[in-house]
Amino acid sequence: MPASDNAFLTALQLILHMDGDLFSIVSLSLQVSLVAVALAALAGLPLGAALALWRFPGRNAVIIALNALMGLPPVVAGLCVYLLLSRAGPLGEWGLLFSPTAMVVAQWVLVLPIIASLTRQQVEALHGEYAEQLQSLGLSTARMMPTLLWDARIGLVTVMLAGFGRASAEVGAVMIVGGNIEGVTRVMTTSIVLETSKGNLPMALGLGIILLALVTLINAMAHLMGETAKRRLG
Amino acid sequence: MKKTAIVTSASLLILAWGGLALADNDYITLASTTSTENSGLFEAIIPQFTDKTDIDVRVVAVGTGQAFETARRGDADSLLVHDTAGEEQFVADGYATERQNVMYNDFVIVGPSDDPAGIEDSDSIDDAMQRIAESQSPFASRGDDSGTHRAELRLWESAGIEADGDWYRELGSGMGPTLNTAAGMDAYSFTDRATWVAFENPQDLTLLYEGDEALFNQYGSLLISEEQHPHLKHDLAEQWHEWLLSDEGQAAIADYEVDGQQLFFPNAD
Repeated sequence: MPASDNAFLTALQLILHMDGDLFSIVSLSLQVSLVAVALAALAGLPLGAALALWRFPGRNAVIIALNALMGLPPVVAGLCVYLLLSRAGPLGEWGLLFSPTAMVVAQWVLVLPIIASLTRQQVEALHGEYAEQLQSLGLSTARMMPTLLWDARIGLVTVMLAGFGRASAEVGAVMIVGGNIEGVTRVMTTSIVLETSKGNLPMALGLGIILLALVTLINAMAHLMGETAKRRLG
Repeated sequence: MKKTAIVTSASLLILAWGGLALADNDYITLASTTSTENSGLFEAIIPQFTDKTDIDVRVVAVGTGQAFETARRGDADSLLVHDTAGEEQFVADGYATERQNVMYNDFVIVGPSDDPAGIEDSDSIDDAMQRIAESQSPFASRGDDSGTHRAELRLWESAGIEADGDWYRELGSGMGPTLNTAAGMDAYSFTDRATWVAFENPQDLTLLYEGDEALFNQYGSLLISEEQHPHLKHDLAEQWHEWLLSDEGQAAIADYEVDGQQLFFPNAD
């Protein structure tokens, strides 16, 4: 890998001489975080919508718990998933520890409360606006869920981005459950920790710049998609 | 429009998921220490082992305390650490069936180049530790129950010093982060030579004391008990263990150099 005292030069050199190692680290980072966010959305969107539309005992407790879990320290999430997947743990027989799948699970735990919580807010606001209309159409609460989620989709893209931001930025959880194994579970954030611990600060910062650039790119794509959709809706 | 969006996201998800299913060669998971990983030793010797045997070695580099815990829970097939007393206890407790010397390097004391405690001309490591304590010079300790931390604590004890007070700073970090911090606060620190030589952010830190026999740092390889953890890849782990001890493995260790300096000295029996 190229060496330089300047982090921006290092980042530039890394990108220009994109080698296989860096490529696999970048693509694994994206894969793990995108899959974690997609799976968290699969569970979190319906969960959030359900919380917005149904009234049941203990609903407030669930909402408070989800809001609090948005601040769950990644290292705690990682530790819990570690204990779950470790050979001595309840799911140890699956042999998933130190694998990308374990990293997806840990990030899923981190992202789910964010998506569920923010989705609830979005859908609740929208429901307040359209409740009478929807009721006059004779829609059951269950039928309202997909309609409201679809109507809230532009806001929900931001929700997903918040989840993706959390997933791609965290290091505590993937470090513990992935083990930062070269070529297997090493991602951008764990590489940055490793390079920092080697005292190779320009390289660490260079990797940080690349990570930030990637996240910016994804956010830009999502923003443009949102704008196009808004324009089409007129 | 709605359907297209769903189909697109579903296929993207499947694509990403497929990418996660990596080609699985034979591999073992090795729990080892940050000092061996940070020094670059594994990157140099593991490919030679893999060429010969077609077995990949996946290194999980953590502190020695955590490495023991990982192996105890059955999450690693093999263990390579540097805490001989702890390793022998691990065997005695029945978690491992065999422990062998693999290699050694040594610990050194680094500190600010103006050497406020004047340890550079100490007669012994005991003397050097006493000078640091007496002058109350800042000292950055790992404080993470790693092999290096355990060795440092033994040295304070043998120097007859209670390491405590404002000057003694327990960081609870790996070797590299501890050196980063020591460099930032002009503190003395206790480090293995391999991490020190490979370390790229020394700032004003320099090597101040070395050479006492008490600074010897022995690494050992352990075979995890098949009885305790029948699911582990014991055959493959044994091949790795034997290779480390073989002439070939020992030569690979001896050949690893940073800036023309040999970092680890093979000493299998």
